[in-house]
Amino acid sequence: MFANLLRLYQLPRLVLQALPSRALCASEPRFKLDACNIYEKLKFEFDEENKKQAEFLMCSYPEAERRAALLPLLDLAQRQHGWLPITAIQTVAEMLKLEPFIVWEVANFYTMFNLRPTGKLSLKICLTTPCRLRGCEEIMLTCENMLKLKDDETSDDMQFSLNASSGMGACVNEPVIAVNDDLYEDLDVLETEKLLSELKLGKMPPASQCRDRFASEPRSGLTSLLMEPTPAGYGMQELYSKLKPC
Amino acid sequence: MAAIVRYNLLTKPQFAAALPAALQLRLQSTQAPPPGTPPPQTKTKFGPLADEDRIFTNLYGRHDWRLKGAQKRGDWYKTKEIVLKGPDWIINEIKTSGLRGRGGAGFPSGMKWSFMNKPGDGRPKYLVVNADEGEPGTCKDREIMRHDPHKLVEGCLIAGRAMGAQAAYIYIRGEFYNEASNMQLAIAEAYQAGLIGKDACGSGYNFDVFMHRGAGAYICGEETALIESLEGKQGKPRLKPPFPADVGLFGCPTTVTNVETVAVAPTICRRGGNWFASFGRTRNSGTKLFNISGHVNTPCTVEEEMSIPLKELIERHCGGVIGGWDNLLGVIPGGSSTPIIPRKVCDDVIMDFDGLIAAQTSLGTAAIIVMDKSTDVIKAIARLISFYKHESCGQCTPCREGIGWMNKIMTRFVKGDAQPSEIDMLWEISKQIEGHTICALGDGAAWPVQGLIRHFRPEIEKRMQQHAQQSKRVTN
Amino acid sequence: MIRAPLVKALGALGSPTHQIASRAVRTSAVLAQTPAKAPEKIEVFVDDIPVMVLPGTTVLQAAAEVGVEIPRFCYHERLAVAGNCRMCLVEVEKSPKPVAACAMPVMKGWRIKTNSDLTRKAREGVMEFLLMNHPLDCPICDQGGECDLQDQAMAFGSDRSRFTDINYTGKRAVEDKDIGPLVKTVMTRCIHCTRCVRFASEIAGVDDLGTTGRGNDMQIGTYVEKLFLTELSGNVIDLCPVGALTNKPYSFVARPWEIRKVESIDVLDAVGSNIIVSTRTNEVLRILPRENEDVNEEWLADKSRFACDGLKRQRLVAPMVRMPNGELQAVEWEGALIAVAKALKNAKGQIAGIAGQLADVEAMVALKDLVNRLDGNQLVTEQDFIKGSGIDVRSSYLLNSTIAGLEQADAVLLVGTNPRYEAPLVNTRLRKAYVHNELQIASIGPKIDLSYQHDNLGADPNLVKDICNGSHAFSKVLEGAKKPAIIIGVDVLERPDGAAIHATIAEYCQKLKKPDWNPFNVLHNSASQVGAFDVGYQPGVQAVLQSQPKVLFLLNADAGKVSRDQLPKDCFVVYIGSHGDNGASIADAVLPGAAYTEKQAIYVNTEGRPQQTLPGVSPPGMAREDWKILRALSEVVGKPLTYDNLDGLRARLESVAPHLTRLGELQPASGSDSVAKPSISISSSPIDVKQKELRDYFMTDAISRASPTMAKCISAVNKQQRLDEAQQCAAI
Repeated sequence: MFANLLRLYQLPRLVLQALPSRALCASEPRFKLDACNIYEKLKFEFDEENKKQAEFLMCSYPEAERRAALLPLLDLAQRQHGWLPITAIQTVAEMLKLEPFIVWEVANFYTMFNLRPTGKLSLKICLTTPCRLRGCEEIMLTCENMLKLKDDETSDDMQFSLNASSGMGACVNEPVIAVNDDLYEDLDVLETEKLLSELKLGKMPPASQCRDRFASEPRSGLTSLLMEPTPAGYGMQELYSKLKPC
Repeated sequence: MAAIVRYNLLTKPQFAAALPAALQLRLQSTQAPPPGTPPPQTKTKFGPLADEDRIFTNLYGRHDWRLKGAQKRGDWYKTKEIVLKGPDWIINEIKTSGLRGRGGAGFPSGMKWSFMNKPGDGRPKYLVVNADEGEPGTCKDREIMRHDPHKLVEGCLIAGRAMGAQAAYIYIRGEFYNEASNMQLAIAEAYQAGLIGKDACGSGYNFDVFMHRGAGAYICGEETALIESLEGKQGKPRLKPPFPADVGLFGCPTTVTNVETVAVAPTICRRGGNWFASFGRTRNSGTKLFNISGHVNTPCTVEEEMSIPLKELIERHCGGVIGGWDNLLGVIPGGSSTPIIPRKVCDDVIMDFDGLIAAQTSLGTAAIIVMDKSTDVIKAIARLISFYKHESCGQCTPCREGIGWMNKIMTRFVKGDAQPSEIDMLWEISKQIEGHTICALGDGAAWPVQGLIRHFRPEIEKRMQQHAQQSKRVTN
Repeated sequence: MIRAPLVKALGALGSPTHQIASRAVRTSAVLAQTPAKAPEKIEVFVDDIPVMVLPGTTVLQAAAEVGVEIPRFCYHERLAVAGNCRMCLVEVEKSPKPVAACAMPVMKGWRIKTNSDLTRKAREGVMEFLLMNHPLDCPICDQGGECDLQDQAMAFGSDRSRFTDINYTGKRAVEDKDIGPLVKTVMTRCIHCTRCVRFASEIAGVDDLGTTGRGNDMQIGTYVEKLFLTELSGNVIDLCPVGALTNKPYSFVARPWEIRKVESIDVLDAVGSNIIVSTRTNEVLRILPRENEDVNEEWLADKSRFACDGLKRQRLVAPMVRMPNGELQAVEWEGALIAVAKALKNAKGQIAGIAGQLADVEAMVALKDLVNRLDGNQLVTEQDFIKGSGIDVRSSYLLNSTIAGLEQADAVLLVGTNPRYEAPLVNTRLRKAYVHNELQIASIGPKIDLSYQHDNLGADPNLVKDICNGSHAFSKVLEGAKKPAIIIGVDVLERPDGAAIHATIAEYCQKLKKPDWNPFNVLHNSASQVGAFDVGYQPGVQAVLQSQPKVLFLLNADAGKVSRDQLPKDCFVVYIGSHGDNGASIADAVLPGAAYTEKQAIYVNTEGRPQQTLPGVSPPGMAREDWKILRALSEVVGKPLTYDNLDGLRARLESVAPHLTRLGELQPASGSDSVAKPSISISSSPIDVKQKELRDYFMTDAISRASPTMAKCISAVNKQQRLDEAQQCAAI
């Protein structure tokens, strides 16, 4: 259940041979409480604007299936609070009339929900094969050195979190760094350094701007779509036969 | 994850219908083809695609992606007339076009959509658009959603009409925040212009489009996991049967289709199924977005004709492999879950469903990952396996335990810290996973390993020898 | 909280999927509702043996019909199909991949091969994966010897391990969870079959267990620091196919091959669950449920399962007589019997007997015979019920719809009862009907959590009147239902106006009656009650107290309904029973009896089903079976009873109540059409129930009060509540 935390505490999760895991259990309460402190003092309540937003989100689903709004609501809560404390989980559970445990289960499943505090800027670096082929490991190293953080760590001033991630969905623009919701694409070490120093100064450089190109076209220049787009109705087939309204 | 529909799990009538290859050809020879059969292909050379035949004319975002710009490029043109043509006409057009699902499995779309047209029982029907694009190497849907969102919105309406759906949910991966914003804006514009919603386009048909953002789980790209996730649960694939077309979202008939499949539907309806079928080999018709990443000079996303040779695709659009074609080591041709093919196969492989199956791999999402000779191919595959281990939902045994085990072995293979006999064991383990799981993620994790062993076994053995020698030197 | 969404969504659909969805879980309701026109059967071949099955039958069920058992871990016939263990993969001809037998409906003409190479290979592969991260700590595992994983690994697994990574990275280790004092967890052994999760949410109706994390890190767990403590939690121990969830009080106590198993009946509530008593060297080690489709299916409530350690504590092991200094002193049997006989002779017929909730039918008959022979006639049950003619007709104090029958009910009204704690296994039936049969439930009484949704109409007893005269909204529901049921709790019938409520409802039930369905139900919570009425006991201790008896027999009467100061000063109280509890504390003579695991005795459950317990161990010390004590006493007092062995006693019983000796059978109780009008009308004091919360459930009788495990449960519930309160405080 608290696997992610075990990782956080760098505990030996895998015990060589089948040794009893008593050592793990002995100090159990300490890290259990840290995950989602049940004595959590952080009060969570949606602010006015988000309450409206939540209502709006819930309207996208049939009346009887309000549970479907669970993911959007958790996301909303996380956007408001930065991460998901247990009180937020309870609030969402209450709104959807669910057991808090069910909400907790779901929040635990998806990687985008942070059940512990993270930095203001969460940096995710894709380390999957297509990215590796374009040198993302150097980018990761650069980040680690400049932020003095390792994978899955948050800086003491709660400004930066660094995470190795996988499959960003921008594979032709790799290497990429995701800073919160924005993608910075086509990076190299120099670009990364520039980006990080700007971020450190509290500036957010415009996202989705690639080096030498506009989007995902070949960097050396267009090989297709050289002419103006075809106008409306180009090559349209005849839609004869009578039309009757639905 | 690619929405891989498994042929073998279809119910029997569907099963028979889904065996088109030999069967349909035999049918053709004896009698006139039934309506909805794509016209026979006469071309023998495929690609490059002419600019006026491209569907995604704003792929690179150089034009206005909003409603006005989209309408100028031909979106929403005579949509009302298409909607008024009715489900049978649309499905027939899609069938004629020979369009096959663009999400990875390549199931014939016209047939899939027609499963929804069974007599209703009062339950609403839903169209769910799978925009949970998470397969490493794949980034085609992102371009559609951020640069051509109206194609998708219009596609939803037309596909929804074809199925008699009352609403479409676009399940977009949570990481695509900006893309989701564009989509949301496009949907809002369409609502405002009366193109969707009540009396969509003035056709009298009511159709809603909703956006739903995921929250970071590759497995949610599997259609039933996507439905679970959309219902606010953990994204764990459901057992099939029942198939989503019987019991899907909220217990109602549902079809889950890929973004690209939906987005090309309006253009197919406008220009005709025959036009679309004129590209690519028979049963592999159409145009397709290809993502070429990795060791090429200019990685890019490009729309090309199906059945284009791999070499031509890379040389024409990507400036060739870094260091020249001779420097090519291998290619993963369809996103991370497809087996790798070595250079000698790449030389003349054709980029379509059948061409790649003949090469013991698969078209998948047509995300081509190119590796040159500087690549540590074992490490590259090992990294993919660790991705699958991370993304396995943990529901069923072979995937949960097996991929973890493969990952352990692959990690050692990277160093060479293993016995040559373990290569066969790894092969067997991958076979023990493949086809034994609830969804196709297990298969997707097994195939890269199988591809590696099939084509790069000497490489693995060499590494083991080196490691053995090294450790001998250390002990001496 | 689930409510079979699939079935609901499909509604009246005749598709095969619908049939799987409803057939997936075994309910007699569903089976009974098979449409009149049975769908045509289809032929499939299991290992070349042809078998005709209904469409929608799964491969596994089809194989079972020809006696081929397919190995499985996650599949359980009473739980929804999960299909996640993949152990049941079998080859089907022409299918390129093996199919999951538990979830795949058969198609016409399928040839299923349960023993082909492909099938065997698939099983071996899955088994290898399951064992890969399993600790293989069978020597120190309590499940050893009765472990599905062990057995199936022997039958279907490979003979050696290929897991070379044991020398590199080792196996997965998972932190154990503290889910309460009843269930011990060793989560490293878990194979993630999710049976426990499904049991909790489907049968028990609490979403307290779930899976967190994903992939290889997936774990079964509970909400942050929450216990899994319900009245049914012990069943996950039986369900767990490996040693991940084991019996905590029983841990490291015995191996299955060392113990002797005795099939018996549980008496700690009035359900009469069938149990297996595991004993070794004259000691009850644990209690397991025994399958009985009509009573407890295969579940067992926690009190019945875990209170057995109360059988070893507070036991009366020697006869005792109260000395002039007021202390009970152990004496020989002879002395004790003579002391009692002396008092009996002096009583001149002013003799009375009270039967408590654990009294068996034989002892009650013997006591009645003895008291009658000594010219006494005051024989009552400790648990109160309505007075007067209320118990003349058998159907007026039974659960007439029967426990299994309640599954078919489509509208139920609960009056002053909390079945969740008074009869947990009746509640599971109601929940099952709620989930699978669209059951509508309303309750009159305090607001309680029944583990399923119900309308609480309020606690005003006049609501009963409203409903019964048809003016309440719920009357429409009851009257429109095919199988309506009204269940009255015994707490209501103890009230002064209980008779009025009883009569009002009985009259209304005449109206609701269907040809083969009696909607009138009384839910008892003491195991002796129905048997006592059947052999002619009267309800309530008031009559006894009023009669000012000289000698009072307390037969297992420990509920504390009688206190010393209510009795005349010179009344000689004789306690016959197993535990030193309330009864023994006021007694002048204590005659140690046998507990239900130590005697062969008949108990009649709340639906009127007589069943017998069998002795697993012998009574401790000088304790003897209760009826034998009374037989001996009759000898000493000079009025010997006519029987001196169990057969003789049973023969006597047959003449008193012939239906009680037809063990296990249900005698349909004929109801009378006339309902006696009671003199008192319904008052307006609100209806209450005694067992409202989980903590009220654990200690309700002499045995469970003596059980340390039950005490631990109560303290665990209290601790959980403190935690919850702290959490709420923090949230505010």
